[in-house]
Amino acid sequence: MRAAIVSAVSFALASIAGAQIHEGELPVDPYEISNENAGASPIEDPAVFAAFGGKPGIDRIVDDFVIRISTNPKIEGIFAASDLIRLRRTLKEQLCYILGGPCNYTGRDMASSHLDHGVTTREFNFLVEDLQDAMDAEGVPFRMQNKLLAKLAPMHDDIVTR
Amino acid sequence: MSAYSGRLLAITGLVLSAGSTACAEALEPGGKLLLTRGVSNVEGAGGGGVVNWALITGNETDRGVGGTVFGTYLALPDYDLTVYGGAVGLFDRAEISYARQDFDTGDTGAALGIGQGFTFGQDIIGAKLRVAGDAVYDQDSWMPQVTIGGYYKRSDQEALVQALGSEDGEGVEAYVAATKLVLEHSLLLGGALRYSSANQNGLLGFSGDSEAELLPEFSAAYLVSRRLAIGAEYRVKPDNLAFAQEDDWYDIFAAYALNENLTLTAAYADLGSIATFDDQRGLYISLQAGF
Repeated sequence: MRAAIVSAVSFALASIAGAQIHEGELPVDPYEISNENAGASPIEDPAVFAAFGGKPGIDRIVDDFVIRISTNPKIEGIFAASDLIRLRRTLKEQLCYILGGPCNYTGRDMASSHLDHGVTTREFNFLVEDLQDAMDAEGVPFRMQNKLLAKLAPMHDDIVTR
Repeated sequence: MSAYSGRLLAITGLVLSAGSTACAEALEPGGKLLLTRGVSNVEGAGGGGVVNWALITGNETDRGVGGTVFGTYLALPDYDLTVYGGAVGLFDRAEISYARQDFDTGDTGAALGIGQGFTFGQDIIGAKLRVAGDAVYDQDSWMPQVTIGGYYKRSDQEALVQALGSEDGEGVEAYVAATKLVLEHSLLLGGALRYSSANQNGLLGFSGDSEAELLPEFSAAYLVSRRLAIGAEYRVKPDNLAFAQEDDWYDIFAAYALNENLTLTAAYADLGSIATFDDQRGLYISLQAGF
């Protein structure tokens, strides 16, 4: 019963914020939805969003990235208990928002969403490399990739807890 | 190689292998992103080529102990410089290093009256401590990664360097270095301030405390790709010895990470006038293995 209420509340909140909760997503405890949770301010130069291929390009990068990290033997176990459907959705919103696209981020902040994952710096770096590989596959120029990485790097302190 | 330096290398090797097996969860050691450990400079420290950088050597992150070994060759018109050594990086926080420099005068030795192929050598022990900042992750602030460090250098030609005007065949240098990775622009910028009285990097001895000066150093690099960085360095040098002029050093380099363990550096280096022979410019090549 509680799970149903929680699910309904988070569905409602997310719908108000304009997110399309995807079928198969697990419920999360309610939280305040805000773009500030994305952990970085948007890039202002529109050339960067274009270099990532806009929303379609970002979606492809995230789909590729999530496959890589969930099958990467070096980051054993981080994503074993994760809701990958929700991760894909919120990550797409987050990257789109940070890259200056017309998106809002409806996920949780970086600290609370990574609290129980026990990520080390080494694992964080393997995740960065998987993201670089996904961006390479999409054909994003290296100097443009670095503009996104510059926004993500400071999240290290919230994401790395071990 | 002297017995002393041989023992030092053996100890370093033991520490390196102990470091990579000590962490039970590090079945695959390492963890630093490509090129973020820098290369090995001519004094054995992790970072650049001829100047001090604030990076900590080795592939290990804040949870591990890693290391590097390297060999460097500098082909100048009238001299050859060969350097080899290694360093251990601890928890991305501290570093200790050793390097052996051999400066071969070749034909120039005969011209200088010290003998054909006469070689000046020195052993260098270095230490460095990161005191502030993180070069890679602090992308939302202007704070660089800052290290303090020093070298103890001992020439194997004490009598000769003293005859050339140096007060001592051994000495200590101290420095503070700052390195900043500006990912937004794919740029690495750095600077350092060295307090030293070393002549020709210590190869011609030290001029003592009364001659010690604050000497600035600069570095800049552009990240072309994950594996390739190109850049330049500039090092201000003292000019203490009366018998010969000493010039600033600079180099233009390309550093290429063949894989996460091997980095190859090629540079054009200008070491200026050395022991009365001017225009010592040539090819600098270095291979570093990191763990």
